[in-house]
Amino acid sequence: MQNIPFDLQLLNLCAALFLLLSFAMLAQRRVVSLVGLLAMQGTLLLIATVLLAWRTGENHLFISAALTLGLKVLLLPWILYRLIRRLNVYWDTEPLLNIPGTMLIGVLVVVFSFGLAQPISALASTATRSSIGIAVAVVLLSFLTMITRRKAMSQVIGFLSMENGLFFGAMSATYGMPMIVEFGVALDILVAVLVLGIFFFQIREQFDSLDLHHLESLKETAPDTGRKLSGEEK
Amino acid sequence: MTPLSILTQALELIAALAAAPLFLGWVNQCRAWLQNRSAPSILLPYRNIRKLFHKDAVVATNASPLFRLAPYVVFGAMVAAASIIPSMGTGLPFTRAADAIALVGIFATARVFLSLAAMDIGTAFGTLGARREMMVGFLAEPALLMVIFVASLISATTSLPAVTENLATRDLTIFPSLAFTAVAFTMVLLAENARIPIDNPATHLELTMIHEAMLLEYSARHLALMEWAAALKLFNYATIGFALFVPWGVATGMSGPGTLFASIPILGIKLIVAGFGLALIETASAKLRVFRAPEFLAVAFLFGVLGLLVRLLLGA
Repeated sequence: MQNIPFDLQLLNLCAALFLLLSFAMLAQRRVVSLVGLLAMQGTLLLIATVLLAWRTGENHLFISAALTLGLKVLLLPWILYRLIRRLNVYWDTEPLLNIPGTMLIGVLVVVFSFGLAQPISALASTATRSSIGIAVAVVLLSFLTMITRRKAMSQVIGFLSMENGLFFGAMSATYGMPMIVEFGVALDILVAVLVLGIFFFQIREQFDSLDLHHLESLKETAPDTGRKLSGEEK
Repeated sequence: MTPLSILTQALELIAALAAAPLFLGWVNQCRAWLQNRSAPSILLPYRNIRKLFHKDAVVATNASPLFRLAPYVVFGAMVAAASIIPSMGTGLPFTRAADAIALVGIFATARVFLSLAAMDIGTAFGTLGARREMMVGFLAEPALLMVIFVASLISATTSLPAVTENLATRDLTIFPSLAFTAVAFTMVLLAENARIPIDNPATHLELTMIHEAMLLEYSARHLALMEWAAALKLFNYATIGFALFVPWGVATGMSGPGTLFASIPILGIKLIVAGFGLALIETASAKLRVFRAPEFLAVAFLFGVLGLLVRLLLGA
C-alpha cells in the first residue's frame, strides 16, 4: 500500500468523505442543511466520477458526470429548496432515536456492510473495488436516515442519498452502469421528486402537517375521534 | 542509549516544563485578541505560578493525606507523559517505559487522583466537578484510544516515537483515516483540557465549571502545581497531535544534533499555529450544556471509529 497512485488516493478520499457525509445526514436535524448535505454528496460523486473517467479513459463516465452535475448537484437541491420554502418546513421533529444512539447503530451498520462487501470486492477487478463496502454502507445509512425520520421531506432526502450510494456502488464495482440505465434512473428520480413534491402538498392539505405518522392509520376517522372512542371503552 | 538521545530527552523535558505555561499564555492572549479585549501578558501564567509558590498553603482540617499527595501525583504524571511524547526527536530513552496506550493510562491516573482529591474534602462543588470530570473522561478515553489505534495500524507499532518516525519518513500520501482521527483528536483535546465547548477555563460561575470546581479547595504550592499540571496537559496534548498528524521536522533516528536543534524553532512555529487555532475554535463555538457533552464526545468517538474502518477497508 506504500505506492498507491495519487488519483486513487484522491478517489479513496472521496469515498471516505462520502461515508462521512452520510453520517452528517444521519445527525442533522435541520431540513435545509440536509439539502445542502445532499448537494455536497452529489458534488463528491461528481468529483469521483470525473476522476474515475480520467483514470480509466471510459468516456461514457464523463456523460454520467455531466448528468450528476445537472441533476444531483444543481436541479434536485434547487427543487427541494423551493419546496421547503413553499411548505415552510425548516426543521424536522426530534428523530425517533436520539442522535448518539443513531450514530452508534450507524457504526454497526457500517461494520456489517463492510463485512457484506468483502466477498464482492474480492470478485471485482476494478481499481476502486475496495469502495464497494462504502457504497453499501451509504445505502444502508440512508435507509437508516429514512427510518428514523418522521417528516416526509427528510425521508425523500434519505431516498435520494440512497440513490447516490447505489450510483457510487455501481461506479466502484463496474465503472458505471450502461448509459441507458443511467438515463432511465436519472429520469426516474427527477419524476419521483416532482411527483413527491405534489404529494407533499396533498399530505399537508389533508393532515396540516408533513408528519408521516398520520398516514399509518388506515381508517378515515380523524386521530382525535379515535382517541375519544378508546376513552369511552375505558 | 547514546549521548544524543539523552540530550534529546533532557531538551524535551525542559522544553515541556518551561514552555507549557507560555503556550497557555499564548492561547489566552489570542483569545483576548479575537474577542476584542486587551490581552493579558503572555507571561501571566508564570507570574501566577511564582506568586502561588510564595504563599503559605492552607489545607482544610478534615483533609486526608491523599489531598496533599494528589498535586504531586498529577504533576508527576504529566511530566512522565511529557517525557515519552516525541516533540523534538524520536530517539527517547524513556520510550521503553510506556507506549501510546500506557500514555492514555497515565492521563487516566492523573484524572483519578484529581477527582479523588476533589471529593476528599466533601464540599459540594468538588464532588460535582469530580463527577463531571469522570463523565467527560470515560467518554473521551475511548475516542483517544481509537485515534491512537489508527495511527498504530498505519505504522504497525504502538510506541509513540516509532509512530512519529514512521509517519515522518514515509512518502507523502493522503490518509483519509488520519484526517478523520485528527478531527476526533481535536475534539478530545478540547474536552480533556476543559476548553470551551465542554468547559470554560475562564469561568468562575459555579454551575458550569468542571476543572475549576475541582481545584477550589487548593491553595499556594498545591494550586501552583495543579495549574502547572493543567498547562502541561494542554502542552502534552498539543505535542501528541503534532506527533501523530504533523510529524515533519522532528529529528528522526539517523539524524545528528543539527536536526535536533533545528526542530526547536519548528516546534515553536507549530505551537504558535496550534495555539491560535485553539483560540479560534474557542471563540467561534459556544459552551455546550453539560448533558450535550456526551453527544459531542460520541461524535469524536464516531470519527475515530470511522477512521479505523476506513483504514481497514480502503487501506488508506
